[in-house]
Amino acid sequence: MATAHSRALARLMVSPSVILLLLWMIVPLGMTVYFSFLRYNLLMPGMETWAGFDNYYYFATQPSFWIALKNTLYLVLGVLAITVIGGIALALLLNQPFWGQGIVRVMIIAPFFVMPTVSALVWKNFFMNPVNGMFAHLAKALGFAPLDFLSQAPLMSIILIVSWSWLPFATLILLTALQSLDSEQMEAAEMDGAGWLSRFRYLTLPHLTRSITVVVLIQTIFLLSIFAEILVTTNGGPGVASTNLPFLVYSQSLLSFDVGGGSAGGIIAVILANIVAIFLMRMIGKNLDA
Amino acid sequence: MARKTSPTQRAVVTVAAWSIGFLIFLPILWTVILSFKSETDAIRTPLQVLSAPWTTASYAEVQARSNYGAHFMNSVIISVGSTVLALIVAIPAAWAMAFQPGRRTKDLLMWMLSTKMMPAVGVLIPIYLMFRDFGLLDTRIGLTVVMTLINLPIVVWMLYTYFREIPSEILEAARMDGASLGKEILYVLTPMAVPGIASTLLLNVILAWNEAFWTLQLTTSKAAPLTAFIASYSSPEGLFYAKLSAASTMAIAPILILGWFSQKQLVRGLTFGAVK
Repeated sequence: MATAHSRALARLMVSPSVILLLLWMIVPLGMTVYFSFLRYNLLMPGMETWAGFDNYYYFATQPSFWIALKNTLYLVLGVLAITVIGGIALALLLNQPFWGQGIVRVMIIAPFFVMPTVSALVWKNFFMNPVNGMFAHLAKALGFAPLDFLSQAPLMSIILIVSWSWLPFATLILLTALQSLDSEQMEAAEMDGAGWLSRFRYLTLPHLTRSITVVVLIQTIFLLSIFAEILVTTNGGPGVASTNLPFLVYSQSLLSFDVGGGSAGGIIAVILANIVAIFLMRMIGKNLDA
Repeated sequence: MARKTSPTQRAVVTVAAWSIGFLIFLPILWTVILSFKSETDAIRTPLQVLSAPWTTASYAEVQARSNYGAHFMNSVIISVGSTVLALIVAIPAAWAMAFQPGRRTKDLLMWMLSTKMMPAVGVLIPIYLMFRDFGLLDTRIGLTVVMTLINLPIVVWMLYTYFREIPSEILEAARMDGASLGKEILYVLTPMAVPGIASTLLLNVILAWNEAFWTLQLTTSKAAPLTAFIASYSSPEGLFYAKLSAASTMAIAPILILGWFSQKQLVRGLTFGAVK
């Protein structure tokens, strides 16, 4: 059916998207690579000199780089653990018949639509504030000393806030997957005397594998670049205790004006993200064939 | 789902689900409650807050002090504008890839998605410097263009997964009945494509509305959408609980309502059709 004419038309229809994305990819990324080899500070314009791999060396050997790398890892793994385990538990619960399913669903999905700056500020002020926050009031009522979450456990607190935003996503996807589980198979297993645990282990979990993978990979892409939640709660501190890689690059380049060093950090972040991305592409690629 | 459950079991599940649902929803609910309290009442203990008189004073004050309306309009213009621009570029592309797939189509789609994997910090500095040099910092046009580009791959992908499900036999049938290409597009394809385009539009407006990296980096005041406007409450204005919650409520309410409508498309759209 495809004639030469229609092929040419198809190519013409695709090209605007391709050209725009190509420009968006190549031009800035190329500039970042170029800057990363320069000694370039915004406070001293016109003084750029070639630096070779110095920026990479300095960026990767500063202690805050390793802390930021570790924090990025904890942030991604912490949120993934909470949302996937919590999501499975919640999906199993919500998949059973109960009164008011529609309303509960609406309440549970809501946090996903709250913008990051709002969710971070709401948690920071109304819940985690050591004087007026709800947790502080609760602690005082129970006779404990209130905890100053964001200065005593900054990373933990940010993990909690981000998990709250992403739990609905995981729950909704896993619930959708559960609803397509064959209930006859379940009943047959039940009649054959399979206990709750073995039914979960041998029927439910294998059925969920694919959606769990999707949740993990899509969330990872977003979690690797968490920024707003850190900016409005701890600003990366105390010290660099809650600084992740994107935040380190931001503070080095736009707060310390070190374009060269920041660019080297940006390229390192791109490389790390690409390693993760390769897995995602493979997975989605497989699905495209199915 | 057809499994029989005893009323007791149903009651237990109901209580558990409602309690957890309530706890998850509590931060939003509490924000809305605080927004209708006075500044002095808002920092009392939860029980005192609940029994304090209700007032809408904070809403009026937020608008009077900081021109909430202008930031709201920035959010609308940037999120809707960038989504519409992305749709204009993406519809022909997704259309061609769904109905005229070539050998390279799959690779092309993968490559488009891979651009989305590039962390924004990797291009932050050049974009920032270019914006500075072209006078685009803190302009709605500049931000709209960036948002169009970062959402373009997702828009192409979502549209592609929807278009792919339109059966191509129906085109052949229309052609056999003597429909011209124009008529074919207008009367046969468009009605079938509209639902997919609509849900792509909805999901992307939500994503763009809540985007909080580029909006924070590239705007300061004039073009600041609600994400950046709320960030200005991070200190020390955040200590004004009632005003912060009124501003937050107004920032999330429109998209929360849109989001509840988009529930069904959400799973499909965000997993690129991998989970339906």
